[in-house]
Amino acid sequence: MNRFEIIRAGINTTFQDDGRNHLYHIGIPLSGVMDKRNYILANSLVGNKIDKPVIEFAYQGPLIKYKGDRINIVITGDVIFKLIKKEIEIEGNCYENYLIEDGDQIDIISTNKSVYGYLAVGGEFDLKFQWGSCSTNTKANVGSNDGKKLQNDQKINISNINSNPLKKKLDYINTRIEKIRVIKGTNFNYFSDEGKKIFFEKEFIVSKLSDRMGMRLEGQRIENIVDTNIRSEGLIKGVIQIPADGNPIIMLSDHGTIGGYPKIGVVISADYDKLVQLSPGSKIKFQEIELSDAETLFKLYEMETQNLISQLK
Amino acid sequence: MIKNISNLGDAALYCDFGVDVNKETNSEVIKYFWSLKKKEVQGITNLTPSYNKLIISFDLKKTNFKEIKKKIEDLVINDTKSELSKKIQIPICCADEFSLDIKRLEEKLSMKRERIYENFFKKEYFCYMTGFIAGMPFLGDLDKTMRVNRLETPRVKVPKGSVGLTEQFANVYTFESPGGWNIIGNTPLEIFDSSKEESPNLISPGDTVIFKQISLSDYKNFNE
Repeated sequence: MNRFEIIRAGINTTFQDDGRNHLYHIGIPLSGVMDKRNYILANSLVGNKIDKPVIEFAYQGPLIKYKGDRINIVITGDVIFKLIKKEIEIEGNCYENYLIEDGDQIDIISTNKSVYGYLAVGGEFDLKFQWGSCSTNTKANVGSNDGKKLQNDQKINISNINSNPLKKKLDYINTRIEKIRVIKGTNFNYFSDEGKKIFFEKEFIVSKLSDRMGMRLEGQRIENIVDTNIRSEGLIKGVIQIPADGNPIIMLSDHGTIGGYPKIGVVISADYDKLVQLSPGSKIKFQEIELSDAETLFKLYEMETQNLISQLK
Repeated sequence: MIKNISNLGDAALYCDFGVDVNKETNSEVIKYFWSLKKKEVQGITNLTPSYNKLIISFDLKKTNFKEIKKKIEDLVINDTKSELSKKIQIPICCADEFSLDIKRLEEKLSMKRERIYENFFKKEYFCYMTGFIAGMPFLGDLDKTMRVNRLETPRVKVPKGSVGLTEQFANVYTFESPGGWNIIGNTPLEIFDSSKEESPNLISPGDTVIFKQISLSDYKNFNE
């Protein structure tokens, strides 16, 4: 049997795929990979279908020993890692796949000025699916690995190894943006003129209290002049809420499905992958955009991703 | 009827059914919710009904705001509520070890505990929505004499099965979670079971719930 042996699990290492839909009404969020482009590229680089499960890690990643037949692996994102083989150590490059053999180790040291990275294998992890997805939601204990993060000393079986692994490499740099484009939210008018101005003109800092559920920001207080609570209602990924303390919270992939804080804005779909990569301490600035422009930008973003995939064929 | 449809970001519709929160408004929301759910409209990825809103998320790769808005406006609504809604009895134990906020309720409501339990158990409740955490039902309406605000400082951990009160609503904590509702009792019944993929949640929007008071020994024997 081919398998990964987890020597060091890392800080927040989980199995993820495209996530699960049609469950918001019972309180189960999307989950799934935080950065979709890097997920799709990871699978493409090892010759998988683009929706296969991968290992997602944040900050410090796992140290893994591999046992079994030769297999292709790749790491995407902006990640510092090395491969420890019998006689040599290789400084790894992201977006370049590597063949590893029985006894080799993958040491994912850390993400670099970013949050999430991805490890894909040319094969299939042996995982339990729940509602059609392996994605692990550690808060609700839903998904593969009993809904938990990867643990030290755990073993993960791998089957269906791609029999004809090809060397693939992509010339791509995971650019960092600090300007996040936003469509006005349904409670935009709950905020004072000064508050609206602060929201679109001042910088905010990403707080340490950020995780897969939400990103908290710190900055000048955004004053609410109507009501700091609304009737609880549905939330979606990317919604920016302002609770009574005046600091924004952005809903991310594992967010609670219902909330009662006013919504000042929503991050556009095209900027979501870049948003989640902003690590604590990063500066962030919001820019207002119209719906039609957001739709065009998403098409362009999707085209860019498709172009990258087609370079690999 | 939907009073107003707007966009929530670039991948969701925000359907507003009016400012009033009552059973009538919410029944309209739920009618739309079930009709859309049964119809399986291409591109829709999630439906989130709440007291007076319905949020419809969609896949921006497959469709867009304008297309889904047109589909919602043209939608023929069936009154599927009656066939899909059910009446559920939930056993609750109010022993001191479970009725965590009974003293606070006595103070805030200026009412003896016997009277609080009596008022609570005599009513039928309507499920407005489920969510926040998996399977948590938001039930209403509490008797007018029974309405209190959230705790000033929320609990870091509310035990699984706790039944809470806030304003006109009651809820059930389907698993241990932070929370600020006034805890009146605890149910031994599994309200959310993620191993049941088809119907993990016992209570759905539109259902009717009756609470039944049970003794501590019944509570302890419940799952045996």
